[in-house]
Amino acid sequence: MKSLAVFSKGRLLPISRLPELFTRPASASGPFGVMVRKEVADHIRSWRFIVLLSLIGLTFLGSMYVSLSNIRAVVANPDDTDRFYLYLKFLTITDGTLPPFHVFMNFLGPLLGISLGFDAINAEQNNGTLTRLMAQPVYRDNLLLAKFASALLVVSYLFAALALLLVGAGMLTTGVGIEPEEILRIISFVGLNIVYVGFWLSLSILLSVRFRQTSTSALTAIGIWLFFTVFYSIGVNLAVKAFLPDPAYVLPHDAIRYNNLVLNLLRLAPGQLYTDATTTLLMPSVRSLGPLTIEQMAGAIPTPLPFRESLLIVWPQVSGLLAATVVCFALAYASFMRREIRG
Amino acid sequence: MENPVIDLKGLTKCYGSQKAVDNLNLSISKGEIFGLLGPNGAGKTTTILMMLGLTEPTAGTATVCGYNATTNPIAVKKKVGYMPDSVGFYDSMSALDNLVYIGRLNGIPEAAVTDRALEMLDVIGLGGSAHKKTATFSRGMKQRLGLAEVLLKRPEVIILDEPTLGIDPSGVREFLTLIHRLSREQGLTVLLSSHHLNQVQQVCDRVGIFAGGRLQAEGSMDKLSRHLSTSEGYMVSITVGEKLPVPWPLSEPLRQLPAVQHVTVNGQVAEITCHADITPELVRFFVHHGLDVMGVHKKQYELDDIYQKYFDDHATETNTHEKSGRLFQRTFTAYQQAS
Repeated sequence: MKSLAVFSKGRLLPISRLPELFTRPASASGPFGVMVRKEVADHIRSWRFIVLLSLIGLTFLGSMYVSLSNIRAVVANPDDTDRFYLYLKFLTITDGTLPPFHVFMNFLGPLLGISLGFDAINAEQNNGTLTRLMAQPVYRDNLLLAKFASALLVVSYLFAALALLLVGAGMLTTGVGIEPEEILRIISFVGLNIVYVGFWLSLSILLSVRFRQTSTSALTAIGIWLFFTVFYSIGVNLAVKAFLPDPAYVLPHDAIRYNNLVLNLLRLAPGQLYTDATTTLLMPSVRSLGPLTIEQMAGAIPTPLPFRESLLIVWPQVSGLLAATVVCFALAYASFMRREIRG
Repeated sequence: MENPVIDLKGLTKCYGSQKAVDNLNLSISKGEIFGLLGPNGAGKTTTILMMLGLTEPTAGTATVCGYNATTNPIAVKKKVGYMPDSVGFYDSMSALDNLVYIGRLNGIPEAAVTDRALEMLDVIGLGGSAHKKTATFSRGMKQRLGLAEVLLKRPEVIILDEPTLGIDPSGVREFLTLIHRLSREQGLTVLLSSHHLNQVQQVCDRVGIFAGGRLQAEGSMDKLSRHLSTSEGYMVSITVGEKLPVPWPLSEPLRQLPAVQHVTVNGQVAEITCHADITPELVRFFVHHGLDVMGVHKKQYELDDIYQKYFDDHATETNTHEKSGRLFQRTFTAYQQAS
């Protein structure tokens, strides 16, 4: 982010005064690079991003404070098989006053994605800059891709910085070294957050292509988000009560089948996919995301799973999120490429 | 015309069942300033968008600088500078930053882009406001900044959509003089669209009158004006002492007079269109039939009338012109076909 900050300041200075490092020729990176740089600069300097940044920063600090003050009790608990993963504990433990960071991110991630993308195309159109931009010798998809890539770049920097802050703060306060396993898990957690925000970002860019008014696209995106976080699970529960038999009166075999069906229905919501994936990645003792029978558990030693196994469990969730992102982006692309650009 | 820079052949664009542009053929040669004139909704902007590949024609081809604008828009956009009618800039950026961004998108080397942008700002007279945010710019300043952006990429053709919209009269004159001077100095081909005939007539070498999606007439201003006079002839309005009844029983015998083309009655005024100057005979006719002639006015065609004729006949569905001239007839049948 440092080089970007210097870049955006440097535009007002004569180029020759800047260090060689920052004067990469724009022509080398092509119009796409130029657009990404401009969009990133816009994001960083926008009030919207500053507000979100402080919101996420505060959440992060709050949950860190709670987990740091409770870490002693958790690590000392001999029943907890995950107690040696100190840095993962920072991200997951809570004393009930504040939810842990990943639960917060389940709510804030969509907000971040939506706010960075809801006016990507229609604001340009309303300001009369889209026609001007499209009259330049650039491909249309470059614009769409630049909007997506720049927001995602900013988000990636944000999460990477937060993860590094976490590790640094943990090291300073506890003095415990970090395990390679934990590094991998934290990196995947960061990656997962980026994918999750990326989904909401591509959805909101799609809406910004479809709707002419920025307020309409923002409201629609927030509506979809609210639907999935609040109403979707209620709807599924109602449907389950109405159509499936009471689990108390069915065979255990059928009960598991119904339970899996309900879980799969809930997994159509991106938030559920994110929750599944983060829980598995941050709590190595989680072995399955569905119900397990006593037979399946027989002989199992309660130990944390290796990273690879956890990753295998969450892989369907990650692919689901990626697929949804790609679908939204492809739809946005399809409706933008051949439309008439009029001021 | 040899080697036209802009060559439109049978260009058609339909929105649903409505034809916005109907079988347009037009060619503009190098160094020419062409004015595309027409009322709102005539299809001017749609035509321009098709020339830039920003919308796809339903039929026909648009060739600009030798490239097909629909299949190869990037090559066209490299050569053409386009200023849309509602020109907008990134409000949070300064005028210079806006220009530099566009310059970079056009692949101007990083070392030269700032200097060139500053030079352009000087050319259009915004040198002093280079570091001001564009949010503070007035409409006229934005329009000029738009022109700077168009010139920044050193185009061969510039297309200006309603460049005079929303600028005060002195600003318009200044702006058009600037365009004229730049075109002559740099040999630029200019296409500008407008619905203000009298504003752009001073700079255009040639104009095309565009209404209902069709090119009604094209040529230099002189040619158009002469054409209209010979085809439309003279109009004489005669004011009489008392209100004339409708229908007027005398209009039929009046029409039998040689050279009279058309008679309309409006209150005390009878308007007679004829293809020769027969004012004395008309007055005699009126006197002979015992009407008190209070005033006689012979109308000459001016540039504004050209505009009025072509545009208004399109706006209103008047079909009273049974014996109208050739040009008129063409306009009217075009309208019937379009609707």
